[in-house]
Amino acid sequence: MNPFSGYLTELGHGLVTTVELTVVTTIAALLLGVVVATLRICPVPLLRTVGLVYVEVLQNLPLLALLVLFVFALPQLGITFPLFTSAAIVIAAYEGAYFAEAIRAGINTVGVGQAEAARAIGLTFSQSLRYVILPQAFRAVIQPMGNISIALLMNTSLAAAVGVVELTQTANNVNLVEAQPLLIFTGAGLAYMLLALLIGLVTGRLERRLAIVR
Amino acid sequence: MNDPQRLLFDEPGPRGRRRIRIATVLGVLAIAAGLAVAIHQFAAHGELAADRWRPFGTWPIWRYLLIALWATLRAAAVTTVLSAVLGLLLALGRLSRRRSLRLLAGAYVEIFRTVPVLLLIYVTLFALPAYGLNFSLFWKLVVPLVVANSAAFAEIFRAGIRALDRGQAEAGQAIGLRPAQVMRLVVLPQALVKLAPSLVSQLVGLLKDTSLGFVVSFTELLYSGQVLASYTHLLIQTYLVVAVLYLVVNASLSKFARVLQARNGRLFGRRRTPTAPPRPDDRALPTR
Repeated sequence: MNPFSGYLTELGHGLVTTVELTVVTTIAALLLGVVVATLRICPVPLLRTVGLVYVEVLQNLPLLALLVLFVFALPQLGITFPLFTSAAIVIAAYEGAYFAEAIRAGINTVGVGQAEAARAIGLTFSQSLRYVILPQAFRAVIQPMGNISIALLMNTSLAAAVGVVELTQTANNVNLVEAQPLLIFTGAGLAYMLLALLIGLVTGRLERRLAIVR
Repeated sequence: MNDPQRLLFDEPGPRGRRRIRIATVLGVLAIAAGLAVAIHQFAAHGELAADRWRPFGTWPIWRYLLIALWATLRAAAVTTVLSAVLGLLLALGRLSRRRSLRLLAGAYVEIFRTVPVLLLIYVTLFALPAYGLNFSLFWKLVVPLVVANSAAFAEIFRAGIRALDRGQAEAGQAIGLRPAQVMRLVVLPQALVKLAPSLVSQLVGLLKDTSLGFVVSFTELLYSGQVLASYTHLLIQTYLVVAVLYLVVNASLSKFARVLQARNGRLFGRRRTPTAPPRPDDRALPTR
């Protein structure tokens, strides 16, 4: 048996960790993005400022700096999480800011008349957001949100830098033992490309099904 | 950010105003509670003690951090120049009339847009030396960043060139310019001005990417922060100060991008004054 195939299971575990991290984080970031986008357009000035500050801070800090702060510095304050959870929280918080901006861009594409019509039939702010604005806003930004998910997939590799053993880290570990850099890193790169392609295909399908052609 | 945010709500009436006041008070209370918990956590672990913050009021520490920031800016500047040039060439390759060039540039862009930068860094750290390619620490950080960012720049350039009105290129052809001349004299100058804001936004992402020097152990801001933290054992304080430094630099860059956006990509010189379209009834008025 090829001695290399023993490492295939290890690489497989790394791939599974990457996929898990990506899926969990995408869902959390999407929910957070909806909340922050809502904050940024709500009638309460204070909450609008909170949303703005959140987006500005999270978009202007390097993800790696946030990860290092969360994983290495917060234990000083007695706040510790398992590594995977920490990485998921930080990446979700970081990408949530990007999702929020994408959703807000989507909200801006919905015609003013839609919001006015919703108010005219007596819907409250949250009702008009839920039943009228957001469903249309989401459909306008499926493609950008797919791109953010792909960026998120690539950013999960940064979790390796703080010790999460995902695909990039596994590739590195296997290479240190096997010294077959070309083969292993190309394989890992291909795996990332396939995952990105998959996200692209799914968003493409969603877009064809859901997008509103104006 | 004062972009004209479209309002999804009417001017609030008396009840609406009362609700907004209640929400504001609740918000203030929630923020205050959060701050109180944070301060309590800091105090409970002795991180608020004055001597744990005093080093950050001294010049040697700041000089160390500013030198680190300078290294970050240098790495970002070199990466920007190299990846902008490579990105422009790739964009031109993707728009070229030669099929082989199109395929080659397209493959490069599609591959390196979907491979994580960290993987590329591991390749330069652990794979290339095996083939006799051993860069200095600076280039071990910059080379992978250029490879990844040139693909991003290529996509920005390509979008900008294609977004330009076809009439511009056709006019260039009509007065007898060769394709290369059309690109150089007509299309690129206009596309670049229009792209200026998105290029500056890309700079923010690139500057954030230089924090991967942490992995390479190139002494840019984040890695220097780690060295300082392990030397002084002031983890929280050091990383918070480092975060504030990143925030200041990147927020200024983002602000700059928004200013460029508001000015149509021109910072100096003629600002195009919108010429009012001739009103149709002007002509109908009898001239006296």
